Amino acid sequence: MGIISRGFGGRRRESVPGLPPGQYLTHDFPVLSAGPTPRIPLDRWRFTLTTETGDKTSWNWTEFQALPAEDVTVDIHCVTKWSKLGTTWRGVSLDTLLADVESEAEYTMVHSFGGYTTNVPMEDLLDGKAWVAYKFDGEDLEPEHGGPARLLIPHLYFWKSAKWVNGVQLMPQDEPGFWEAAGYHMYGDPWREQRYQGD
Amino acid sequence: MTQPGETGAALDGNAMAGDLREIFAVDVTAARYMCAGCTHTDAVATLMVWAHSPGLVARCPHCSDVVLRVVRAPDKVYLDLRGSVRLEVPLEGS
Repeated sequence: MGIISRGFGGRRRESVPGLPPGQYLTHDFPVLSAGPTPRIPLDRWRFTLTTETGDKTSWNWTEFQALPAEDVTVDIHCVTKWSKLGTTWRGVSLDTLLADVESEAEYTMVHSFGGYTTNVPMEDLLDGKAWVAYKFDGEDLEPEHGGPARLLIPHLYFWKSAKWVNGVQLMPQDEPGFWEAAGYHMYGDPWREQRYQGD
Repeated sequence: MTQPGETGAALDGNAMAGDLREIFAVDVTAARYMCAGCTHTDAVATLMVWAHSPGLVARCPHCSDVVLRVVRAPDKVYLDLRGSVRLEVPLEGS
């Protein structure tokens, strides 16, 4: 038997409103990480959108802070089975970031400081479904939780909400990111329990 | 050179022995990897392992690139070795 439990697909919990199948409620905020926590000085932070033709649009921290921000309260669901309801964030909507970008791309690859990647369909970033968040619970986002800024895309499992986000590459075809290439689901809808490939 | 603990890795490569034993008939932690990022080579047991994660992530202690990933689904185990150029497995009795 290995040091981690056998998969995350097993037992069912009692039904709680707002809780997807197979999830349990937590009131703390577990820290999951696939590598060292990068410490990014704000004067070196930059977020870059790159289209399928190579056109780039980028913001430094000062420019990013000047963009219109939104306060959102959302439920988050980790593929390791914890869910946290009613979390409060402040960030910039991807609708705002993508407003002036010319692209036909239907897929995106989200990139982070430290090399993490995750794939998200373009339509899942739009229409008020995704933010680049820099505050959690009224405070600056801590590095352990992805600060200075992380993607927040709460309708998908939380591995899609990339910590330490630094850019989005727009792509004509879908490609797997860090966890998707290692067996996790390409889309990751918690309400359909899309944890692993084939789910 | 980085050591487990300095960077947040809680474990070393020995932590993967049980998972890897289910895939291979040999003790892979005794095998030597070659990192695809920096060509550093050492025993799999010396890799830095992040386990508080949706899978096991083993990184090179020399350059911190990912050398291998293990993901357990309920009915299968995925092993991603793209960060390793090769594994050198000692033969029994040699």
